[in-house]
Amino acid sequence: MQGIVDAFKPLHDLWLAFEAFMVGPGSPGLFGYWMVIALMMTGFYVVIAHDNLVKKIVGLNVFQVSVFLFYILMAKITGGTAPILAEGIKVYSNPLPHVLILTAIVVGVATTALGLALVVRIRNAYDTIEDDEIQAVEEEEDR
Amino acid sequence: MTAIYAYFLTLPFAAVIEPHLPVLQVVVPLLCAPICVLLRHAKLSWLWATIVTWLVFFIALVLLGKVLAGGLIIYEIGNWPPPWGIEYRIDAANALVLVIITAIGAITLPYAKASVEKEVSEPRIYLFYLMYMLCLTGLIGITTTADAFNLFVFLEISSLSSYVLISLGGSRRALTASYRYLVMGTLGATFYIIGVGMMYMMTGSLNMADLATLLPAVDHTRTVLAAFAFVVVGLGLKLAMFPLHTWLPNAYAFAPSAVTVFLASTATKVAIYALLRLVLTVFGGTDLFNVTHISLMLVILAVIGMFAGAFVAIFQKDVKRMLAYSSVSQVGYMVLGIGLATAAGVTGSIVHLFNHAVMKGAAFMAVGAMFYVVGSVRLDDLAGIGKRMPVTTAVFLVAGLSLIGTPVTVGFISKWQLVQAAIELGWWYVAAGVLLSSLLAIAYVWRVVEVAYLQAPPEGAALRTEAPVSMLVPMIVLAAAAVWFGIDGDTTLRLAGEAANALMGAAQGGKP
Repeated sequence: MQGIVDAFKPLHDLWLAFEAFMVGPGSPGLFGYWMVIALMMTGFYVVIAHDNLVKKIVGLNVFQVSVFLFYILMAKITGGTAPILAEGIKVYSNPLPHVLILTAIVVGVATTALGLALVVRIRNAYDTIEDDEIQAVEEEEDR
Repeated sequence: MTAIYAYFLTLPFAAVIEPHLPVLQVVVPLLCAPICVLLRHAKLSWLWATIVTWLVFFIALVLLGKVLAGGLIIYEIGNWPPPWGIEYRIDAANALVLVIITAIGAITLPYAKASVEKEVSEPRIYLFYLMYMLCLTGLIGITTTADAFNLFVFLEISSLSSYVLISLGGSRRALTASYRYLVMGTLGATFYIIGVGMMYMMTGSLNMADLATLLPAVDHTRTVLAAFAFVVVGLGLKLAMFPLHTWLPNAYAFAPSAVTVFLASTATKVAIYALLRLVLTVFGGTDLFNVTHISLMLVILAVIGMFAGAFVAIFQKDVKRMLAYSSVSQVGYMVLGIGLATAAGVTGSIVHLFNHAVMKGAAFMAVGAMFYVVGSVRLDDLAGIGKRMPVTTAVFLVAGLSLIGTPVTVGFISKWQLVQAAIELGWWYVAAGVLLSSLLAIAYVWRVVEVAYLQAPPEGAALRTEAPVSMLVPMIVLAAAAVWFGIDGDTTLRLAGEAANALMGAAQGGKP
């Protein structure tokens, strides 16, 4: 058992170093932003690299969600509570970015719904939802 | 303009309505749009949309008159003082853009009636006008608002409705064109809010005027630099700046004709306005313009775009698609003006914004009318169209000459202004680029002219069969405007000059 744990020790150390690098000395804030960037790039990559139209929409969603997280993180204050006026509450999060992101979430839902609706129509018209196959058909039409 | 404002003041209730005009401009089409769904009738919803759009056009004219008479209009939504509340701020720049988009919106509707009945299936027509009004609302909102996040919301309102409008096109290609525009458009808008978020992180404000005063203090930070980059790229996607233009040709080529007329003359223009506002006003006080060499990048991309768009346009077999690629090239001229970043350059950019809306509107209307009669706008099918549809082809010819930049048309005025602005800076190669790319425009316009006038109409084709009068009148009006403002260039140049001053002077003494 101990042997297995030891085997993973270098990996564990690497993770700790990675975490220390991202979190930075004494500040808990940056880790979230690194995660935002990771999510953002994942989503962006999926949009660019995948040919499946539904997967593209999913990638777009991940991309947008990373921006929601970005706004939520920037408003978070360490030790702060919800911004409700009450006795004894001195530190609270900035409510404005949270409210902005409520709007952006609604926009994101509308975009996803419209995008998926278009995919349904494309499926009916082309019998496929693979972008490369659709492009082949279209190039044939253009000729 | 001032006469219209004076006339408005004599109307009953003018005193009550007058202070609220900036917000009514947005609220009227937004609240009137859902009524189309209640009407559920093709002709009634068309009539309703027409009345509302012309009303909005009237409001825009009154606002421009008021701005010219009294300067800046500031409207605080819900009486919340800025920077806490959302503020609408109308100066010479957005008053002019408002008039352009509402004018095109209003004049497209009489044209749209017959065209849409032909191209969109009957049960969907009321939804078409619903989306049309929402799209107009979004475009007006982008232009009026002085709040960076509010701009994003309106950007998405106009984008989502334009995806639907494009997908209503007859062929299945419209669906994929709309889908690709949706993906690109959403990426662009999301880039824009990333930028806005970063600006908010550094300043705690979303109000544009407030940001303009707060940003210079933090402009050395990497966050603001990244914000600048995200905003420029995001809006660059929306305005189809050269390497980011790939969504545009198919979206314009496969949308219903009326939608192409409307979007080609308004959507990219409003995005250009937004870029001007963000780069010149919001970031105007910062040093980023020099630090990032954005000026040089914009000029290089603009010149490549001017050539690439026009060059690809020459080889298109479909006239609608040819004009769409020509739009990529024309957007290049507008971006060039921003890149020059002098008062003369920005004036050229704004005057071309107006002129291109007029001439591209006329050109796409003529092509839409050809589609209405012939059922196709492939060059092969348009042989002898000059004899079959003389009036429509004449309109196309005027618009085409204007795209080239022949004297006595609007295209000449804006290209002249841009060439002058480039020479003023001593950038001879840019001035030469503007002139050489016009030669490419001659090539693609000539291809249509050759087919239209020099080839005989096919056997049995009916001669002199024009589209309905309701389609002819709007396109003749736009073609006449293209000539009128080509002869009397002073009016538009003076308005554009004031707009450029408003954009650049809002941050500091007028130099970016």
